[in-house]
Amino acid sequence: MDRRETPQDEDGTHAGVRKLLYAVDEQGRYTSVRSAGWEVEATATRAALEEIARLRDEAWQRAQAGQTSPLEVHMHDCRMDLPLLAGAAGMWRWRVRRHFDPKRFHRLPRRVLDRYCEALGLDIERLLRVPPREGPAE
Amino acid sequence: MNTINEFRHRQSAHCESGVMSSMLTHHGLPVSEPMAFGLANALTFAYLPIVKIGGMPLIAYRMPPRWIISKASRRIGARFVFRKFRDADKGMAALDELLDRGRIVGVQASVYWLPFFPEEMRFHFNAHNLLVYGRDGDDYLISDPVFEEPVRCPSADLRKARFTRGAMAAKGMLYYPEHIPETIDYERVLPQAIKANERIMNRSPLPIIGIRGIRYLANNLIKSTRTHDGRRRLPLYLAHIVRMQEEIGTGGAGFRFVYASFLQEAADTLGDDRLAEAAQSLTTAGDGWREFAVHATRVSRRRSEMDVAGLADVLRDCADREAEVWKLLRDYGSRSARTATAS
Repeated sequence: MDRRETPQDEDGTHAGVRKLLYAVDEQGRYTSVRSAGWEVEATATRAALEEIARLRDEAWQRAQAGQTSPLEVHMHDCRMDLPLLAGAAGMWRWRVRRHFDPKRFHRLPRRVLDRYCEALGLDIERLLRVPPREGPAE
Repeated sequence: MNTINEFRHRQSAHCESGVMSSMLTHHGLPVSEPMAFGLANALTFAYLPIVKIGGMPLIAYRMPPRWIISKASRRIGARFVFRKFRDADKGMAALDELLDRGRIVGVQASVYWLPFFPEEMRFHFNAHNLLVYGRDGDDYLISDPVFEEPVRCPSADLRKARFTRGAMAAKGMLYYPEHIPETIDYERVLPQAIKANERIMNRSPLPIIGIRGIRYLANNLIKSTRTHDGRRRLPLYLAHIVRMQEEIGTGGAGFRFVYASFLQEAADTLGDDRLAEAAQSLTTAGDGWREFAVHATRVSRRRSEMDVAGLADVLRDCADREAEVWKLLRDYGSRSARTATAS
């Protein structure tokens, strides 16, 4: 990559953080260059974030209808999927999946809920409630 | 409690090679980031369908976490102490103690729980590396290689980031050098490192690793669109590949530019034109990867005439370009090749 062609696409997904790339100068010598972002990369990141938002919204609808537990919504809010949540809580996947059943979830003993709190970085009141439609204000 | 150890922050492209380079430089052995990366023969390509990230296969452009530090230190004759903790309190206390003794400490942490990362960059990646060089009240002073400036992190957040569970869990890992040599015998170690990397790229026993791995991915891309579900998920799959290749910490084109920079530095050090030629050739390969990212994004957003078969061809072209590089470096560092250049 030519140093002069290093992308500087400001409204990327770096939030003002410039990252370091390696590129060649006019003499073909490598130097480090700072890049404000690259539209191509930002598009890919946004696609991933949109997918998470889509899944989250779907889960939220089901949680409202009582078809899933708040846990599934919190999972997406935390940008996790089932394998990640299971890993972070230290449980088997099938066990976590069972806890997506609202009735089972609300019957869970405190010590199991605490593990989810720890994994998701939530306190117990928030864990037991379905979060607001718009998602967590961060 | 305040302890601030003398330390100069330097930004780098990748976290682990950055930590390694800063650590060695700090202890009086100046090593650039690309040199740390290259000495560890950390460049690769691996398509790993068994390891799933968000339901999609892991595509790696470098060797797994901890490879750079262990491999590079072994090669130059440095020794690092690695420590893991079962108990978070003990893990934090050990960090404080090391800081008080005037050390800078390497720490493995999860990106998601580090508050200084901007929202868009926060994903669950447990094997991020950073350097802690001091404490100011409740804040830790951190040199995160990916950032331009040093950052701060409250102790509760650092604790959470160090002790999250799950895949590649850090388990509070911290590390620091025990012995760092005064000089590096480049004449000896550079050929070794390059030879080891050539082996990974050219002679992998598995079809999913090295140059064969790139071609395997190209075929898999076409195959994945044979099912309805595969076609539906294609835009996400392509975005996933691009992110693995470009997002935070690859220095562009999935580490190809970092390694090319290393080859150039090695060429200067050894006065070897063959390495300079390889560096140039790898730059061309890196440009190929960047083009692939552009096309892949267009295809995924349906802004392109190109179809998946076309995209697979771009990928195969990347494979061809890389094959050029590693053909140049074939048998590099083996005895016969060295005598040939000497005579």
